[in-house]
This record gives sequence, structure tokens and C-alpha cells, in this order.
Amino acid sequence: MRKAYVLLIVPFVATLLPFLYNHPEPALFGMPFFYWYQLAWVLITAAILGVVVWLAKGRDV
Amino acid sequence: MSNASIVLVSLVLAVTAMGFLAARWGGANLESLEQWALGGRGFGTVVSWFLLGGDLYTAYTFIAVPALVYGVGALGFFAVPYATIAYPVALVVLVRFWGVARERGYVTTADFVRDRFGNRALEVAIALTGVVAAMPYIALQLVGMKAVFAQLGGGFAAHDGLPALTIGFVLLAGYTYTSGLRAPALIAFVKDALIYVTVIAAVIVIPAKLGGWEHVFAASQSVLQSRPKPSSIYLAPSQYFTYASMAFGSALSLFIYPHSITSVLSAKSQAVLRRNAALLPIYSLLLGLLALLGYCAIAAGIDVPQSAASSIVPLLFARFFPEWFAGVADAAVVIGALVPAAIMCIGAANLFASNVFRTFSAERSPVETRVAKLLTLGMCAAALAVIFFVRVPYVIDFQLLGGALMLQIFPAFVLGLWTRALHPKALLAGWGCGLVASCTMAFASGFGSNYTLHVFGTSLTGFIALYALVVNLLVSMTVTVVLRTVSDGAKH
Repeated sequence: MRKAYVLLIVPFVATLLPFLYNHPEPALFGMPFFYWYQLAWVLITAAILGVVVWLAKGRDV
Repeated sequence: MSNASIVLVSLVLAVTAMGFLAARWGGANLESLEQWALGGRGFGTVVSWFLLGGDLYTAYTFIAVPALVYGVGALGFFAVPYATIAYPVALVVLVRFWGVARERGYVTTADFVRDRFGNRALEVAIALTGVVAAMPYIALQLVGMKAVFAQLGGGFAAHDGLPALTIGFVLLAGYTYTSGLRAPALIAFVKDALIYVTVIAAVIVIPAKLGGWEHVFAASQSVLQSRPKPSSIYLAPSQYFTYASMAFGSALSLFIYPHSITSVLSAKSQAVLRRNAALLPIYSLLLGLLALLGYCAIAAGIDVPQSAASSIVPLLFARFFPEWFAGVADAAVVIGALVPAAIMCIGAANLFASNVFRTFSAERSPVETRVAKLLTLGMCAAALAVIFFVRVPYVIDFQLLGGALMLQIFPAFVLGLWTRALHPKALLAGWGCGLVASCTMAFASGFGSNYTLHVFGTSLTGFIALYALVVNLLVSMTVTVVLRTVSDGAKH
């Protein structure tokens, strides 16, 4: 399913619009939102990549 | 010698031995360029994961990113979104490039550009860009090693650390010449293991001793705001575009560097690369945690001038770890710098041997391997010369400028993977204008990474590399339209 590649746009939107996450609250383990949100997106992006690779079943863009 | 020095020297000697022994890995004929430079294109998922991780996460990650966060606060954290979105880009671009490269026998990006567009000048331009951009990047690895040596003191720090650096690089040149890509591929296992152990220990031990993350962030905020040039642990709205453009521009350029391409082409199959696109971001998590060590340094009261900010990570290790473990952590940084340096030398040497010294041909001549091997030594020597003669802050500036230059091959290489619509002469013109634009903006901003554009009464500060890419694309498209119109006119 080559359409799966569309999902790859999501990490760009989530990480390249800093006004979405440039604030202190809610904090996690004393870490402001700005920091843990971006670290969380490292893992979410990895998961999205895994899903795209699985759905695309060896097909390129 | 201190315990830390003994641990560091033993580990470096151990990986040196591994580097030389790597020549026997797989019993390959190292006279062939594909064997020497690309490990015979046979690395599976695990080897590729360690190799790519060891290759992409360099002294920039361990030294420059924490130093940047220490110096400018939140803006320095752009490296995290950068190291996140680089992977969707990689999945799309590199898997496709790997496919054509395997089919047509390419070893470099310039091989592809030559074969695709049939233009010798464009091939040389693409190849030289890679060689020039690799040089300050290798020098940056030496900056990282130098910071560790300065902290260790004694014989390491003697004569500004230059004798110790020279010894390290002579060993590096020796095993890279002998074993090619197999040397850094084997050493990468040790490097990555050391890095994971060090970073996990650092993020558990250091913030706890400083009173927890909450205190680290609060202390950093008050120090950053009271500096002569105040900054913050949050972005100012005027920095939003700067932040996003630095992350996006860097993500586009990461995988077109010669060292990234070399490691990518050593993978056994496209499936290996696909899996690694999803598995490699684990390293980006390390990068993010390392970046926060910049705040730990502030909270720990480490106060050094901006020009010495590369020393903060080794300083933290020395202050918070027992001496023997500080040696392990220092070895992680030093070996962490040697692995990418070796691959950068190989990647740049390939470009010069295959696309400048000769022109791309699918039948490779053994002379290319010999030239590439000798040039690897040349690249090591040149990077050492940079460190001998150029002051450290300038090396980091040159590395940033190198990144801006590197991105200028994007239209020919990346767009070229999908379309032949752009005319080769137009791509060459766009590349030239992109280079001139990069250098002009870098010069005008005092070698900063960002340039402020004043348009329609507002100002927009963004990443030079990305602005130059826009210039490059506009010129490439305009000249293509002009050339096609002229040639259509000539036909009628």
C-alpha cells in the first residue's frame, strides 16, 4: 500500500510548528512540556516509520 | 597516568587492534573498491544499525549539541526535531537511491548524477561539494577528541593536545587504509555500546545529584536569563521560524553527506534500510538526553566562556563519575569521534577517486581503489592540518558552512532520483548560485548559522542552508525553462 507513505507527513507537522509545544505545562518528571514532547516524538516517529514500512510491504514511494 | 587515562588508552588500543583485524572479516579481496569502501555491500540489519548509528551520531552529538544548549538554551534543542524528521526523509530518499545504486553499481552520489544527467561538470561539482563539506566535519571530530584530552591533562593536553590527536589520527589512518569500511563497522559495536552505557549512566546519575530535572531546568532558566546576552529554556516567538528551518534544513542534508551514503550503500538490501529507518531513531533519543547535559552543566555551576563550551561534557564526566568510569565515558567520546571520521575519510576519498580523478564507469578499475586508499590518508592529514592551523570556534563555523554547501547537491541528487525534468546545465547554475548564496550569507552574518532576511517590512531569521537551497531551486527551474525554450525555438 503505497498510500501509507502519506503518514510520514505527520512527524513534520508535529515537530516543525514550535508554537504547538513551546510551553512549560504539563511537565513530566520535572521536565517541561517543550522537552518531553519532542523526545516523545522521536519514539512516535519511529513507530510511524515501522507502520509505514509494514503497510507498504516493500513498495517504494 | 590517572585511572581515567589508563581506561581510555586501553580501550583506544583495543579498537585499533579490531580495526586492523577487520581486514580479515569475511575474507574479502580488498583490492576491489566495493569490498574496501562498501564492505562488499553485504551488511545485514544488526551490523547496519550499529554502523549507521556509529556513523551519524558523531562528536557533533556528544560535544557540539550539549555545548549549543549550554550556550543558547532552547534554540540548541533543534537537534532533536532534526534527528527525528531525518528518518522519514531517509526512508523515502535512501531506499530509492540504494535500489538504483545496486542495479547500476554506484558507489557515490556523483556516480548517480553522472549516469543520470551525463554531464561531467555536474559530476565534478557534486563530488567536490562532498569532499569540501566532509573536511570540516572530520575536523569537528578532532575538536571533540581535543576537548576530552584537555580535560585529562598531563601528556594528553601537552602542546594543546596536538601530539595526542596526531597519534590518534595516525592509528585511524592506518586501519582505515588497511581494512576500509570493515574497520569502522566492527569498531562501531564497541563505540555504540560505550555510548549507550555512558549516556544512560549520565542521565540517571547527573540530574539526581543535581536535585532532579525540575531543579536543573529552573536553575538553567535563571542563569540563561541573567547572562549578558540573555536566552531562555523556551523559544521566543521570533525564534520559531529559525528553530524549524534549522531542523528541516539539517534533516534534508544529513543523509546526503558522503559518510551517510557510504554506510547506506553497504547495506545488504532495501529491507535492511527500511527496518533501520524505524530502528535508528533510538539513537536520537540519546541525542536528546545528551543535549540536556547542557542544562546539567549550567545547573552544576560550570561556567566557561562560549569559546570553551565544547569542554562541558568531559567536565561533567570528571565531576560526577568515579575516575575509572570517567575514562569509559571519555573513551566513548574519543571512539565516538574516530568511527565517523574513518567513514567520512572513506566517503570523501571515494568521491574524489571515482568522480574527480576519474569519471564514473560501471567497470571499476583497481587504480580507483588505490587512489581512494591513498586519499583516505590525505583526508586524515588535511583534517589534522585544519586543527593545527584553525581555532576551534572557527572549525564549528566551517562545519555549519559545510552543511549549507552540502545541501546544494539536493536538486541534482534527490530530485534527480524521481525526475529528469531539470536541465543539467541549470542544475549546475543552481548549485553555483546556492554556493555563492551560502558563503555570502555566512560571511554577512559573521559565520553564524542563520541569516536575517528583511522582506515586506518584517524580518525573518532562518537557516542559511535552507535559504541557499531556495535560491538554488529557483535558479535551477528558471534556467531549465530558459534553456528548453531556447532549444525549442531553435528546432522551429
